[in-house]
Amino acid sequence: MTEIRIDGRGGQGNVVAAYMLARAAFEAGRFAQAFPTFGPERRGAPVASFVRISDRPVRRRCLVREPHYVIVQDRGLLHDGGALQGLRPGAGVLVNSPRTPGELGLSAPEVNIATIPASAMAAEILGEPIPNTALLAALLTLTELLPLDALEAVIVRRFAGEEQRRNVALMRAAALRVIAGAWKERGDA
Amino acid sequence: MLEAIEGSAAVARAVALCRPQVIAAYPITPQTHIVENLARFIADGALRCELVSVESEFSAASVVLGAAASGSRAYTASSAQGILLMTEVLYNIAGLRIPLVLTCANRAVGAPVSAWNDQQDSMAMRDAGWIQLYCADNQEAIDTTIQAYRIAERTELPVMVCMDGFTLTHTLEPLEIPAQEQVDAFLPPYRFERALDPMHPRSIGTVVPPEYYTEARYAHHRALLRAQDEIVAADADFEAAFGRRCGGLVSVDGPSDARIAILSIGSVIGTLLDARDEYPELGPVKLIKLRSMRPFPADALQKACAGLSDLIVLERALSPGGIGIVSAEVRAALSEMQSPPRVHGFAAGLGGRDMPLELYPHLIAAAKARPPVRFSIVDVDPSKVAEEDR
Repeated sequence: MTEIRIDGRGGQGNVVAAYMLARAAFEAGRFAQAFPTFGPERRGAPVASFVRISDRPVRRRCLVREPHYVIVQDRGLLHDGGALQGLRPGAGVLVNSPRTPGELGLSAPEVNIATIPASAMAAEILGEPIPNTALLAALLTLTELLPLDALEAVIVRRFAGEEQRRNVALMRAAALRVIAGAWKERGDA
Repeated sequence: MLEAIEGSAAVARAVALCRPQVIAAYPITPQTHIVENLARFIADGALRCELVSVESEFSAASVVLGAAASGSRAYTASSAQGILLMTEVLYNIAGLRIPLVLTCANRAVGAPVSAWNDQQDSMAMRDAGWIQLYCADNQEAIDTTIQAYRIAERTELPVMVCMDGFTLTHTLEPLEIPAQEQVDAFLPPYRFERALDPMHPRSIGTVVPPEYYTEARYAHHRALLRAQDEIVAADADFEAAFGRRCGGLVSVDGPSDARIAILSIGSVIGTLLDARDEYPELGPVKLIKLRSMRPFPADALQKACAGLSDLIVLERALSPGGIGIVSAEVRAALSEMQSPPRVHGFAAGLGGRDMPLELYPHLIAAAKARPPVRFSIVDVDPSKVAEEDR
């Protein structure tokens, strides 16, 4: 089972990202579970969602304490320091930022860190700075957790027409920005 | 068909498959998505149903009372304070013996205000005279919703389907959504024999003097007890039709020679199943899922607990100053056994506190206490409590 946490802010589509990832796992024939934690229900407040992907039905309903991978939708959350805590050795953290991990001053022992300018890419390709498609495409490429086709299938179901075309283009562009297989899948999934 | 779908959306689909004729509800987290989805089905023309917008949960319950009393298949849903605001009407629905289905998206009750999950709301309605079925996962929430209409209509009793808020309502996972033809075959159109009819005027809900009140209450009590057979039959027939079951009144999972068992209620069961695999060194343990809280299945529970030395009850609500809501009833039911197990009573996961896998070894260790723990909140952090309250 592979466990993923998505850190974001209320209104950024944090839950949507988790649901899209779980739907992609389902498209790829895997079992999955996605759920939010609900804190203060207001825009801008830090929120987190969780995804579990497994070859067997997911039965546990507790929070993910030690994720294999973390997506940080808003790099401002890194100031809290929480995003890099409680990770398993060998975990991967993908940050939405135009700067490199070094420029952001990010490092943690035995943790892989990568960045992608997901909001900027989305602003250019979608016309709106919605980072989810780019972040999910980059995570799947880095980890090879699921084939990118599975994410494309979710995008095709979720969006229509021009919006669909642009999201697929964003997905492909984001996949090219990271090293395929650099964080090859961990866990017993 | 298997779909990756959020629990609330799935329950809304299940309700729609039951072809309700009247829905009334008032939004409250975490119930909201269920009714939002149903409202969309109706607006889109996918579901032909009267949706009544109301100004409170009291009115929502009153509308469905009237609708069901007039012979409609009706539905409502709520949570927490919303359930409490319905209280008077819920007692009336039950006392009038009106078949109705309500989803309680379980949430803690304030104060202090909490949006998060425990089962205080439905437990507060334990004595309202409704059948109460608790769902261990979202597939059970779908399947129990469909079964609930059949149980309600055969027993002429209302059924509260309890599903943990957020933990189930807001979790997306692959779920089997039954086909309409299958549900239609399981749940044929319903005719309420006592339906109100303007051509034959009658009064319901009139004052009953002491000469008859006891008998009305006795009959209601007997009807709830008899409903056990319908709950079991509905689950068995559902399995025959759909290939899945929810565990009747109470179900047991684990090695038959296990002398220790944990009994729980709702969605923590899945976590306990995983935890048992994670800690095999703790020995064989049965997991007992209490699905029906009302009627309380004392006989089935005694069978489920035969041969046990220790039974750990893990419940998700609190009767302050009491000795456990579920554990007190379990202890009373098992006291009739020849050699009843020691019963250890615990509450955990109040107001959304996470219940990790590590809860399991903690519970198993706590069951070594002699005399057994009468009742305690197992995951309390004393450092957060004022000295005099520790």
